[in-house]
Amino acid sequence: MSPEELDQIAETERQAQLGFKHRVNVCVAAGCVSCQSEGVKQAIEKDVARRGMGADCEVKGVGCMGLCAQGPLVSTSAGVLYQKVAIEDAPAVVESLLAGPDPRLLCKTDVPFFQAQKKIVLENCGVIDPERIEDYIAAGGYTALMRALGELTAAQVIEEVTKSGLRGRGGAGYPTGLKWSTVSKAVGERKYVICNADEGDPGAFMDRSVLESDPHRVLEGMLIAAYAVGASEGYIYVRAEYPLAIKRLRIAIRHAERFGLLGNYISASRLSFHVDLRLGAGAFVCGEETALISSIEGKRGSPRPRPPYPAQEGLFGEPTLINNVETFANIAPIIRNGGEWYAQIGTEKSKGTKVFALAGSVTNTGLVEVPMGVTLRQIVYEMGGGPPEGRQFKAVQTGGPSGGCIPADFLDMPVDYENLAKVGSIMGSGGMIVMDETSCMVDVAKFFMDFCASESCGKCVPCRVGTYHMHRILDAITERTATAQDLAQLQELCDLLKNTSLCGLGQSAPNPVLSTLRYFESEYQAHIEQHVCPAGVCGKLEEALHG
Amino acid sequence: MGAVAVLELPKTPHPSDDKRWRLVDTTMRRLGNQQRGLIEALHTVQEAFGYLDVEALRYVASSLRVPLSRAYGVATFYHFFTLKPAGEHTCVVCMGTACYIKGALQLVSAMKQDLGVTPGQTTADGKVSLLTARCLGSCGLAPAVVYDHEVAGKVTPAALRDRLAKWNSHVS
Repeated sequence: MSPEELDQIAETERQAQLGFKHRVNVCVAAGCVSCQSEGVKQAIEKDVARRGMGADCEVKGVGCMGLCAQGPLVSTSAGVLYQKVAIEDAPAVVESLLAGPDPRLLCKTDVPFFQAQKKIVLENCGVIDPERIEDYIAAGGYTALMRALGELTAAQVIEEVTKSGLRGRGGAGYPTGLKWSTVSKAVGERKYVICNADEGDPGAFMDRSVLESDPHRVLEGMLIAAYAVGASEGYIYVRAEYPLAIKRLRIAIRHAERFGLLGNYISASRLSFHVDLRLGAGAFVCGEETALISSIEGKRGSPRPRPPYPAQEGLFGEPTLINNVETFANIAPIIRNGGEWYAQIGTEKSKGTKVFALAGSVTNTGLVEVPMGVTLRQIVYEMGGGPPEGRQFKAVQTGGPSGGCIPADFLDMPVDYENLAKVGSIMGSGGMIVMDETSCMVDVAKFFMDFCASESCGKCVPCRVGTYHMHRILDAITERTATAQDLAQLQELCDLLKNTSLCGLGQSAPNPVLSTLRYFESEYQAHIEQHVCPAGVCGKLEEALHG
Repeated sequence: MGAVAVLELPKTPHPSDDKRWRLVDTTMRRLGNQQRGLIEALHTVQEAFGYLDVEALRYVASSLRVPLSRAYGVATFYHFFTLKPAGEHTCVVCMGTACYIKGALQLVSAMKQDLGVTPGQTTADGKVSLLTARCLGSCGLAPAVVYDHEVAGKVTPAALRDRLAKWNSHVS
């Protein structure tokens, strides 16, 4: 595949699309699929055929449009978005192409939820058909790869990524350019590129949406990375719980191979790169890079001490680059538009945009991509619409089991890596769960500790035993049988786990406890001293799980 | 047999003449019959047979020349693998954060009241298995439940009971 051939494919596809007078895009990402959007798509196709409009109207399955709670979502070439479209509504949708928008189904798009977004990672989501490589190419796909291969040296590619200021979107925020440069300098018989798509944080679904909606963007990012660091083999480690993402990735890899965009001597360059999928099997710890590597090697997902870092000694002992899905998804636009362009977006230390999965007690649940530095209030209230039904905002949880709960006092804080760390949470992969007065913060802390205790791999003692004990104490607090001494021991254990655990899982497991203790200590006290749960949650449903 | 690495070893015979073992063979062959293919091979077994029993673990371990203890270790380490056959129907309640705060426990509690099962258990008649998931990534639809591979969103205990009743009436 040469750049000219790529242009040709793009042009042909664009012409073909221009041939249609109307277009109906139906979301076929997991959120909408679980409200029967595939049936809606078929019904619309049928109705189009019935009216003999087949030659004029294209019905396309596209990726996530963001507002998952209002699915199934359908957009048309008339520029309108319809929500909660049922199979029976298909004729009305098709009719509206000629007769004008149907107010009954209309979803307002001139609201902050859509308007305040800045889409880089999600630019193709909801626009292109994720199962057709031609559609991605027509949207400018793989031109960044061609630019890298044809115009830039490997060092220049790394230079651009460094200039962009992009930091790892998996949560820790390590500078991507620096990581790439370390791997490129490492010496090994062969090198690997791994895409971490083991989105294990409960409450996070950004990566799933990107993989389902725009899988080629991730492949293109991996290809550019492979060129930059000199890797020849790649793996995408994806959760087995995401069957649709797996299916679309398999299709994408097959198409890219057929088009000569994966394989040997890509675009007549020296780059040869092969990608294979590896399915995770439900172990949160595998999000940790050394555990993930161990899992790809067919073993238990046990982490090991670093150094050596995977950049030096990774998969099968060779230098390995591991980045998250969203990190790779940022690469093609950076190479296309230059690192400086990307560095203009965001805050001083956190560049670019971040995708957040907004869920919990919030009116508009779904995916939003915003520039770094917007405030929590903008995300939760302006875009998310705040808690529904007049409920009272209590906290927003970021970073999953490794993160913390942020109270209302910090709603006006700009969101970036440093600020979130300052208030005791982390950026994490981008899950954002809003909680209201009906959530008990001790119960939330217990929920996460239960998670960590069950996900601890058992290799190191502080994590294996510590999470168990912390959970036991939290359980006693929610049972309202704990004493002040128990609370003191809980705090001691927080310290112990943080400082002595082997990997990130154990080191960050106390975060939910620490942050709730910091901001909601009165709730702990109420459980211990007055033996009541202020939110009225504890004790009610205990039996259900453990009884 | 673990000590011999270089010699051509005889192929491990299939545990039964079930044709599904060929699928497992295909996966192992695709990954060069190497030890690193263990997890992928187990995925294929579970996909084909629904669960991993000792026979299957023994077959995969022997074919890939890993000790049975390691295959068992891997199979029990990862939550996705199950060593017990599931019921006729499965009901997976998502226990992700969003689902949790939107009442996933009430769904589990309804299952316990109606069928007497807790997560990981199957009803005595083998009809329904109750499982929980870490997070399905369908947080926008919380609380979410997967009924036999079909995801349903914003599930209420009443809706769950409806589905259970449907499953039960189908058979009896």
